[in-house]
Parts: sequence; C-alpha cells; structure tokens
Amino acid sequence: MLSLAKAKLAVVGIGRQCVAVRTLNGARAVHRSFSSSEHDQDSSTSENELFDIIISGGGMVGTAMACSLGLDPNLTGKKILLLEAGHEKKMDKIPETYSTRVSSISPGSATLLSGLGAWDHIVNMRCKPYNKMQVWDACSDALITFDKENLQDEMAYIVENDVIVAALTKQLQTLSDHVKVQYRTKVVKYTWPHPYHVSESIPWVQVALANGKTLHTKLLIGADGPNSMVRREAGIPTVKWNYDQSAVVAVLHLSEPTENNVAWQRFLPTGPIAMLPLSDTESSLVWSTSHQHAEELLQMDEESFVDAINSAFWSNENHSELVETAGSLFRMALSVLMPDSGSARQLPPSVSGIGPKSRVMFPLGMGHATEYIRHRVALIGDAAHRVHPLAGQGANLGFGDVSYLTQVLSQAAYNGKDIGAMQHLLEFETERQRHNLPMMTAIDLMKRLYSSNTAPMVLLRTFGLQATNAVPPLKEQIMAFASK
Amino acid sequence: MYSKKFTRLAFGLLADSGLKIPLIQNVSSKVKAARSLCSWTVCLHHRQKSQLSNGLTRLNVRSISQSTLDPAEVRKFQAMASKWWDLQGELSALHSMNDLRVPFIRDNLLNMHGVRQLGKPLSGLRILDVGCGGGLLSEPLGRLGADVLGIDPVEDSVRTAELHCSYDPDFRERVRYQACTLEELAEDEAESFHAIVASEVVEHLADLDAFANCCHQVLKPGGSLFITTINKTNLSYVFGIVAAEQLLRIVPSGTHDWEKFISPEDLERLLESFGFYVEAIRGMMYNPLTGAWSWQQSTAINYALHAVKRKEEPQPDRV
Repeated sequence: MLSLAKAKLAVVGIGRQCVAVRTLNGARAVHRSFSSSEHDQDSSTSENELFDIIISGGGMVGTAMACSLGLDPNLTGKKILLLEAGHEKKMDKIPETYSTRVSSISPGSATLLSGLGAWDHIVNMRCKPYNKMQVWDACSDALITFDKENLQDEMAYIVENDVIVAALTKQLQTLSDHVKVQYRTKVVKYTWPHPYHVSESIPWVQVALANGKTLHTKLLIGADGPNSMVRREAGIPTVKWNYDQSAVVAVLHLSEPTENNVAWQRFLPTGPIAMLPLSDTESSLVWSTSHQHAEELLQMDEESFVDAINSAFWSNENHSELVETAGSLFRMALSVLMPDSGSARQLPPSVSGIGPKSRVMFPLGMGHATEYIRHRVALIGDAAHRVHPLAGQGANLGFGDVSYLTQVLSQAAYNGKDIGAMQHLLEFETERQRHNLPMMTAIDLMKRLYSSNTAPMVLLRTFGLQATNAVPPLKEQIMAFASK
Repeated sequence: MYSKKFTRLAFGLLADSGLKIPLIQNVSSKVKAARSLCSWTVCLHHRQKSQLSNGLTRLNVRSISQSTLDPAEVRKFQAMASKWWDLQGELSALHSMNDLRVPFIRDNLLNMHGVRQLGKPLSGLRILDVGCGGGLLSEPLGRLGADVLGIDPVEDSVRTAELHCSYDPDFRERVRYQACTLEELAEDEAESFHAIVASEVVEHLADLDAFANCCHQVLKPGGSLFITTINKTNLSYVFGIVAAEQLLRIVPSGTHDWEKFISPEDLERLLESFGFYVEAIRGMMYNPLTGAWSWQQSTAINYALHAVKRKEEPQPDRV
C-alpha cells in the first residue's frame, strides 16, 4: 500500500517536491517536539490517574471549554478535568454594584454560550445589549458608526466577566458526571511526552500539582491566561509587545437616565477611551492611556476624574484647522457621491459620578503565540492571543477557540483517534490563526494609527474612517467579521 | 510490506493443502523483496528468516507472555513501535488512511446495528482485525468501544501492538492481539465475530478462496467483512508496478505482484460464492502532496468493500 502511494507520488512527476513537503512536515514535527523530553521518569503510569483531557485555567474561556466538552455527545465517557488555582466562583445573588471588568460579547459568542446553557443564566443575572457603536476621532470630526439595519437586533452585549464565569460555573455543576473540577489547585510542573513512542517513557503529559500528586493526560488544554504557564513550559515562542499603555477602568454614573444602547469610543492621541452601556444609568469606562496619565487618573479625586472623562469625550482641543478643513471637504465630496450614506453624529451622555472604589488600572499589551498546539497540548484564549481592548474582541476570540476546538475534538473522538494527536490539533491551529491573526493585526494597526496626532496620520485616518463610514457593504463586512 | 505477513497467512492457509515446498520458496523471495522496502522490515527480517529456515515446525510456535520477555527484546519492540506509530514516518499513509477506513467501518456497522452507546458507538461488537500489524486500525476501533482482536502471523508486530496499547487503560480488556493465522483462529472461533476487517491484506494472499472461507466461518450470520485493497487494472499496473518498481525504482521490483491484485467485480463474485453479499464498494485516492486520502468515484486503483455474511435464510433481507 505504501509502495503504491509512493508510486503514485512518482507518477505525478513531482516526486522531489513531494519529498520536500514530507521532509518539511518532518521538520515541523521535530521542531514541535519538546526540548524537555529528557524528563523520563519511571513508568508508573498505573499509579497516576490518567485523564483524556485536562484544562488548565478556569476563567471565562477555560470554564466554557469544560462545559463545551462535557456537553459533547461524542466525548461522552471521556475523563475530563478542569484545574483552577482560585476558588469556585458562585454567585447566588447578583451584587448591587457593577464590576469594572466587563467583556463585549458578540452574537457569535452569545450563540456559543446559549448552546452551553449559560446564556439564560447571564440574561437572568444581568447584561446590556447595544445596537450601535460610534467611533470618532479627537483630532478631527471624522466618525464611523456601526449599527444593525433595524435597531431591534443587538450588535453585541456588555457583560461583566464575573457574571459570565458564574453562569458557566453554574452550568458546569450540572455536568459533574462528565467533567471533574478541582479548585484551589496549583500546577507546579508540566512534563511533556515525546512526539512518538520512545522506550520506557510515559506517552502522556504529566501534570505535577502543588499537593504532590501527579496527573497524566492525553491532551492538555492551556486556558491559563496571557502569562500562560502551559505556553511558557512548553517553550512555545510568543510575539509580544507592550503598548506602553495602561487601561483605567471604572463604573460610570450618567447624569440622566437614557436608553443607553450605544457603545462610544473616541480616539485620543494618548489612546482610545470607551464608554460601554451597563444599564440605563450606568456605563463602563475603559480608558487606555500612558502609564503616567493612568496613574494620575487613579490618584485624582472623584470630581476631577469625572471632569477628565467628560472632557475626553467632548473636548475639541486637539482639532487642527488644516485637518478639519480637509476632513469636511472630503465629507462633502463623499456626500455628493453617495447621498444618504453614513449616520448622523450622536453625542455621548455626560458622566456625573463613578462607582465606589471602582477605579482600577492594568497594563496593556499584545501577544500572540506562534504556535497554538504541540503534541498533546493546545492553547486557547489569552494564552494563545492577547489583544488591545479597543475592539472589544478579547473574550470573543477565546470563545471562538472553544467552539472550534470542541468541534475538532468531537470529530476526532468519533473517528476513534487519539485525542491528543497532532493531526486534528493542527486543523484547530490553522483555522483559528486564520481568524485570529487578521483580527489582531487590524486591532494593532488601529491602535498605532490612532496613537499619533501628526497631521498626515490624522488626515489618513480621517479620510479612511469617513470613507469606510460611507460604504455600507464594507462596514457590514467588518461587523460580520467582528460578530463571529 | 504486508507481503511477508500475508504470505505467511497464505502459507498457513495452504499448509494443509500439500503445496509446502513451492510455497517456502515463494515466501523467501517475497521476504527478500520486502526486506529493502523500508528499514522496519529489516528489523523484522531476522526473526522472520530464522522462523522460515526452521521450516514448518516454527510456524506454530507462538506462545507469548510479555512477562517472560527479556529486556533486550522489549527494547527491540519499542524501537519498532516508534516506527509503526510515527505519524509522520514511513507508515504515514497507513495512518492517514484511518480517516477513511475508520468512518467506513463505523458507519456501515452503525447502519447494521444502530448506535449502542454515546461516545462508544461500537460497544458490544466483536471485531477481528486480520493482519493488524502494529495495531494502527485496531486501536481506533477499540476507542469506539468495540472488542477488538487483532491477529497477525508476524509475532514482532503483535508484540509491538500489545506494547503500544498497554499504556492506555481504555484498551484493557477491549483490544487484544494474537500471533496466529486466520486459519488457525477459525478452528476455535466459529461464528463469534460481528465484523472482520482486512485492510490492505488481500492483495498479498495466495489463496483468496481459503481466506473467504475462513472469514465466513468466524463471522456471525449477518456479520460484516470490510476489505480495502488495490484493484487489478491497467492503471494500477502502471502506477503500482511499472512506474514505481521498474522506471523510478522507488520500491524494489517484486514488492507487489500485479497478478495477486483483484478487481472489485472478481472479489464480489468470489465472496458471493462463499455466502456473502456485497453492500458497498467505494474508490479511494491517496494524494501524496497532502498525505491525505479521499473517497472518489473511480475504483481504478484503491477501493474499500463491505460484504455481509448471508443469514441462514435463502433470501436474506437486503434493507
């Protein structure tokens, strides 16, 4: 049979190329093999518990992964374990004050969560849909609005991270027959297997816990966040940089109740500031700015902080005459070419106060693991990719990973495959990188484009934003991609 | 590469029919041809050769107990296992063929028997994997819940397969291996399997009639026989023999014997004469660039076949 395969290979007349491809594959396999494979310990497999899948990290993405695997019919009977260093995050009663850490949940992610049975819990607790997004520039009048054709449809939802985790945790409890969970469990070391059978080595990933126990697993899923230990220990290289920015987050009280169904974002030369609806009277602030400015914002008394926010949304101090003239000429030209395009400018609500003790800052960065998988390892969520919050895509990219990895593993199980084998994991990596990389690049470019207030850059983005705003099909494409 | 194993299978089958001397020569030449095919066969070769030189008596010696193995032997099997189980290695085409043959076997069995248990769709079914080699196909079937018995006349392959599956407790009491020929097994296992899998096997057999007869014997009435093999066409001659062996010398000449290839029509006729009816025949195609197999209309080169053993009634239900 193999000889036949080779024969066909030769007859195609590109034998050499095929061999090259094979060799390349081989090289990739070798490259992906672990440098730490010398840690062969005595093969006492029987004494250690063997799982089919261990998920490391019980945050939003890890818990969703556990639910998703636990619900899959083809994975019935597989031994699945979720490891989380923290305690179980239950929420019997919704707290009165909003949390500062929120995520924008796209319709695609909402579909995943409702498939997991968690969306109902989220709706019962609290979340706020918005139908429109307005993005504008501090240095010109350029603006772009995204909205669904009829304002009935939700563009996305703002949900507190705690609510998402609590809803998923609640759902996970109903799956206790399928998924084991260990809270307050720390991993101290991972030991990786050889990519294929080597004498007297354990063919599984070994997970050494702080309590002295060692677990074995056929597949380890790293959902342990931007500083992923799984990624680090596996030696997976990461392309990353810090933006020299921090985000200041806070809960904002609006000066008067409004419908509050618009997500606002303004690009200031120091970074974007966003106001995301939480309720009729409250919004969530995400203000990305220099570390120093962030520190200052955090130190301010409440009144000056509120003033700073309002002026960041309203002030025209960064406008330049040149850009303004050019921008308005361009806008006029566009409106002649395409009447009725674009929407009218709306004004954001003004802020009257902030939630008690709700001001927090954290540094921002961008990171992307060059590989999402290794033999018996897969990375999902922030462990694989970390983005700037300006597009509200962080959680959505992670949920997208969950959805696709479940699909791939389910199919592998139904085909009787070794669940940790590279072949189907590669499929996951290829498909997700194809989606995540363009998104990350776009977000990074946006960030860079808007970090400058030199006239050419401002002009470029002014024209770009206005042109995009005037071409509905282009906007629809952007929205469709972002709502996956 | 299967030639050695399955000339032995054929050898076993024919041992009783009085054709012993010419067969031994046939086997030896086959071993020589296959020897240089790829390195793992070289490992096998020594053992094989000593067995052959000892003649017929050695063939029946196959009592295996892993506990009595000496460590050097175990290391040898481990080295072989790494070849059998290297997904990117010499046998990668066999590994990737699982993408077609496992669903083919699974779906046809599910059609006949229905889903039994979520997550383990083939549970409760007993499957015989004839020519299991390192267990490449036995393990996936075991993961789907089937009770699999893999047999192979080459002891080393069986030992390799046993070692590989011993690491995974899921296979305990579900996947077993035995070094024996189909004919030897047929004596004690009459009508005891729901399905037989003979993948890339029949193109190396000397006596297909004996093979079909043994399959019929060990299958339960209504049981399934799954075969994947190479067609006997001009195309398979050009691809498999002329191009590969004579022009490009990718494989040593004599590896495949075109005369032993069989067309789906002939195979169907033969199986029907032994009390089977053929449910499905599908063409398969290997793409050496992507290393993937795909289904295709034409059965001109490789094909998969599903046959079912007729029940006692003269006109069986063909739903």
